[in-house]
Amino acid sequence: MKTEKYTISIYSENNLGLLNRIATIFLKRHINIESLTVSGSEIENVSRFIIVVDISEERMKKIIGQIEKQVEVIKAYYHTNDECIFLQSALFKIKSSLLFEERQIQNIIKQSNAQIVTVSPEFFVIEKSGRREEIDALYEELLSFGIMQFVRSGRISVTKEEMKISELLRKQLN
Amino acid sequence: METITKSTEKLTNKKSVRISGAEAVVKCLLEEGVDLIYGYPGGAIMPVYDEFYKYEKELHHVLTRHEQGAVHAAQGYARVTDKVGVAIATSGPGATNLITGIADAQIDSTPLVCITGQVGSHLLGSDAFQETDIISISTPVTKWNYQITKAAEIPEIMAKAFYIAKSGRPGPVLIDITKDAQFGELDFTYESCNEVRSYNPVPEMDPTSIAAAAEIINAAKKPFIVWGQGLTLGKAEKEFKDFIEKAGIPSASTLLGLSALPSDHELHVGMVGMHGNYAPNVLTNSCDVLIAVGMRFDDRVTGNLETYAKQAKIIHFEIDPAEVDKNVKTDVAVLGNVKDTLSAILPLIEKKRHKEWMQQFHDLYDIEFKEVIDGQINVDVDGLTMAETIVALNKATKGDAVIVSDVGQHQMIASRFSKFNHGKSKITSGGLGTMGFALPAAIGAKMGAPEREVVAIIGDGGFQMNIQELGTILQTKVPVKIVVLNNQFLGMVRQWQELFFEGRYASTMMTNPDFVKIAEGYSIKARRVSERKELTEAIEEMIASKESYFLEVAVEMEENVFPMIPTGSSVSDIRLK
Repeated sequence: MKTEKYTISIYSENNLGLLNRIATIFLKRHINIESLTVSGSEIENVSRFIIVVDISEERMKKIIGQIEKQVEVIKAYYHTNDECIFLQSALFKIKSSLLFEERQIQNIIKQSNAQIVTVSPEFFVIEKSGRREEIDALYEELLSFGIMQFVRSGRISVTKEEMKISELLRKQLN
Repeated sequence: METITKSTEKLTNKKSVRISGAEAVVKCLLEEGVDLIYGYPGGAIMPVYDEFYKYEKELHHVLTRHEQGAVHAAQGYARVTDKVGVAIATSGPGATNLITGIADAQIDSTPLVCITGQVGSHLLGSDAFQETDIISISTPVTKWNYQITKAAEIPEIMAKAFYIAKSGRPGPVLIDITKDAQFGELDFTYESCNEVRSYNPVPEMDPTSIAAAAEIINAAKKPFIVWGQGLTLGKAEKEFKDFIEKAGIPSASTLLGLSALPSDHELHVGMVGMHGNYAPNVLTNSCDVLIAVGMRFDDRVTGNLETYAKQAKIIHFEIDPAEVDKNVKTDVAVLGNVKDTLSAILPLIEKKRHKEWMQQFHDLYDIEFKEVIDGQINVDVDGLTMAETIVALNKATKGDAVIVSDVGQHQMIASRFSKFNHGKSKITSGGLGTMGFALPAAIGAKMGAPEREVVAIIGDGGFQMNIQELGTILQTKVPVKIVVLNNQFLGMVRQWQELFFEGRYASTMMTNPDFVKIAEGYSIKARRVSERKELTEAIEEMIASKESYFLEVAVEMEENVFPMIPTGSSVSDIRLK
């Protein structure tokens, strides 16, 4: 069956244990979570999960059903890449000496639109936000110089279409 | 919890009283109308048990002999009443012993509130004595769970637990309470819960889908209904009967739907599923419209999905949106409580009879009778059959009893042959298939419906899985009747070994104890029959008994249950032998 990358957005109560409950839904069905981010949302006291999976749409619909069934989930949506604006962030920790010895690194940073977050005598840290491929490209370029540490966040995403979640919440409360 | 607290908080003028968390637990139970709970004490729940001692007049606690017995008893209780079953246990092993019953309640949608004690909150995560992370363990098998670490949380969480357990599609809720929360004090007031902002228990009814469903049903030439436990849970037996009688549609039950429509109803065409009746299984693949009502297309019902009712339009009356299109793609989903949706569709339904179509069910029943049933109930050779025992039981109970069955061959035979005049009369472990369910569930059922005859039908294997609950019968004197159909085998597994594993009977033969002596050891009247001439009289004696009664029936060792849809086969390829 044809699979596609879907971004799942879950609006939920901010409760201990819900992450576990949501993760279980995927685990039980052997679905690999490619990325998971939990944060606040535009509504006070409502959390937002952004989960990325690569599955068929039929499966996706069923998973949304299982997620929405959870008592503390207010609403869950799924979107294709085309339907949302999304990015990831990455941090690269590099030896400071390289910045001066390898002039090329400065060009790489400039060209990739990365930011230097901090510079110390021993190391400097570059931050790069963007699509996964852009981060991967920067990683490849820096690899040959030696990366002391690398970390990449999960996807964060907003939809192009309106979510109407505040309206829904108002409705559920009345 | 903060957010939910704020959203559901209501101003109240009720005067509060300063009490302990443990006492608050008992007061919450009383506020929810609970007068009977099942459990087993232990260290981390002792403060609550101390309050049970003080409140014993208002709240009756039944001491089972194992926590699994407690949770199954609570399930049996919940399934014959309209109430939430309550089970309580201590932390660690007490809590983990509840899990099988909780998983059973989750898959069979039984409303339960399970309360577990937990080590003090300062010890959480320290691997303290009898500490288990029961919240994580129970997460995949509960509708909701919550760990209380402060006494002040108790009233609101308990109210929420009961609301969630019983509303919408019911299910089990587990509340874990640390020992310090039980000892701690709070200002107690109680507000029952009727809303949780993130939770939408009953989807809104959509008039368009009701109209669309009515149109398809009215145009159908060969409509067929499969109903499930949703009818019982939604208290929609009457609405269902009105609906099928007006539309004249042959209707079959799932295993858990049994007794929602009286067995002798003219439109009742039997049970679907792996060991269901021949006609409804075969004709699933001949109908032009399949109407599923409060059922979830379990694999034991559908057989191979690739060949399940492909020719038919599918209409699904369902309360849980996650069930729609989960296994079988529907043409029209009618979401909502079946009581409401069936009432709403009734005026749109044309009065009809489908005589020729109905005749097909009768004709196939005749084949099943000739090939299977006749030989099981009209037996002239030595050796009793399971089926003739159930038929004899029907005569004695006149179809008025609550039949609680365990899991295996006897369960299928009890389901195929028992007659039911009233709803809530068939209690069994369906989705999870929990051996050991029936004895404790029958205890709970009898306590929940003391005016009714309750008969547990159990195999010799399942009986020994919770045999310790005979002790609960001894102590409570609950007059539950127990029939053990003893074939000295784990019969269903043995049947599969015979059919699919070339007769290699790996670990299915049982060397059994003297069950009569065991029952007598618990002061339960007991009898064993192995002769046909004694059977009826023994069953009559059992039913006439005012006390609990144990009847062991020695049945044929290698009898098979037919018809049968082998795993992976189509419903219409159901085997008669």
